[in-house]
Amino acid sequence: MTRTCLLLVSWLAMSAGPASGQSSTEMQKITGGTFVPLYGADSAEVHIDDFYLDVYPVTNAQFVDFVRSYPNWRRSQVIRLFADQNYLRTWADDTTLGAGMLPRAPVTYVSWFAAKAYCECLGKRLPTMDEWEYVAMADEKQKDARADSLFNQRIISGYETPDTHIQPVGSTYRNFWGIYDMHGLIWEWTSDFNSVLISGESRKDGDTDRNLFCAAGSVNATDLMNYAAFMRYALRGSIKARYSLRSLGFRCAKDVSE
Amino acid sequence: MRKAHITMLFLLAGLLLAAACGQSQKNAAPTLYQCPMKCEGGKTYPRQINCPVCNMKLQPLTDGPEKKANTAEIPELSIFHLSSEWHTQAGDTVTFRDFQGDILVVVMIYTSCKSACPRLVADMRNIHQKVGRADGIKYIFVSIDPETDTPDRLKEFARKNLLESDEWVFLHGSTDDVREFSNVVAVKYKKISPIDFSHSNIISVFDRNGVLYYQQEGLGVDNKEIVAKIKALRERGR
Repeated sequence: MTRTCLLLVSWLAMSAGPASGQSSTEMQKITGGTFVPLYGADSAEVHIDDFYLDVYPVTNAQFVDFVRSYPNWRRSQVIRLFADQNYLRTWADDTTLGAGMLPRAPVTYVSWFAAKAYCECLGKRLPTMDEWEYVAMADEKQKDARADSLFNQRIISGYETPDTHIQPVGSTYRNFWGIYDMHGLIWEWTSDFNSVLISGESRKDGDTDRNLFCAAGSVNATDLMNYAAFMRYALRGSIKARYSLRSLGFRCAKDVSE
Repeated sequence: MRKAHITMLFLLAGLLLAAACGQSQKNAAPTLYQCPMKCEGGKTYPRQINCPVCNMKLQPLTDGPEKKANTAEIPELSIFHLSSEWHTQAGDTVTFRDFQGDILVVVMIYTSCKSACPRLVADMRNIHQKVGRADGIKYIFVSIDPETDTPDRLKEFARKNLLESDEWVFLHGSTDDVREFSNVVAVKYKKISPIDFSHSNIISVFDRNGVLYYQQEGLGVDNKEIVAKIKALRERGR
């Protein structure tokens, strides 16, 4: 089914140009590898296959085009199973951005279901959490800058800056892979965000309530010093797929076909 | 000639797109556009371009009333809106909508699990026993390990656990659809080794319209409350 979507996209690109409708963000190929995420599997190391990732987060303008083509995802039409009441709440109406919102700013107030549907309609998918973290550990020059305290400091201060989500995409640095805005603009949905088995509610975490999560004892932070990553995982652990949050957006990924 | 060809492609592509993106949506078809002057009769376009004949902007066609009626009876929070298809241990292909009219008691497990899942299965069995009369109630196990848990394997699991009567249903779906369903019931899971998963221990109860009614969290907890909830739903009648 995804393939049929792909066909259309490539056909449109060839004959009609990107005139209107949902425009697809340029992608960069990410060369796979092995790394140790903050929360990994038993063996700690995670292997990432080659994949493509959108250079920028999905923008307001792109999302307007999406809901124009797919009325089911308009604010007044979306069903509550797939998005809470905050969905696109800052828009003026179903297909118009709110006053002062930049078309080139990242779309936020979108649920996981909506983000997933958006990517699927372009023949893409959401990146996995491990893929996202793999790309996010790069600074301008290195694939893995996590050991660099200045890099971590920069991420943290980005988290502390209010209203970064209203700036246009591409406002932050271009990393080693040619990808922008992994840090400093918004938080981003990942396909398996709900694989973080911490609840974000400390009463339910830790040893006192292992009954809630099977084998939860094996999921521990590999590097508690990595505070920025810890914040991301904590956020993922505390949100639900229907939620639409002020500074939570997304970008799409794609498999590398043989 | 070429124009007609392109139009055909557009229409075809529109249909395909509708199929591809129809997942998880209220009604699968995207808006179609038509010239307000009907220059080309009833011809529709998937996008709001200008009419190739009179150059007026095409207008969106409003949904037919019958389409609205079709989904109106399903509450917005119902899992019947999920379009995902599942295979049962009996080899049938079903959607959640096929369970409309039944009370659903749902748990997510994987069959190679050695620690929590046997206890979850026991919990389901205990609930089943206390609730008694199972007509109009389905006890559903959704596998979080679709690669291993083929319908055949699920069937074998059902047989070994003596869960073979009609009210026990085991579902196998695609990795994506399992992830989507887990998000609907707020179950978290992660593959932590080739054979093991971490997962939340949650048993969910859905009413006859597929709306989440109650969730029991934890293993081996007192099931008095969940049993009472299921019985209350059953008393509500159809």
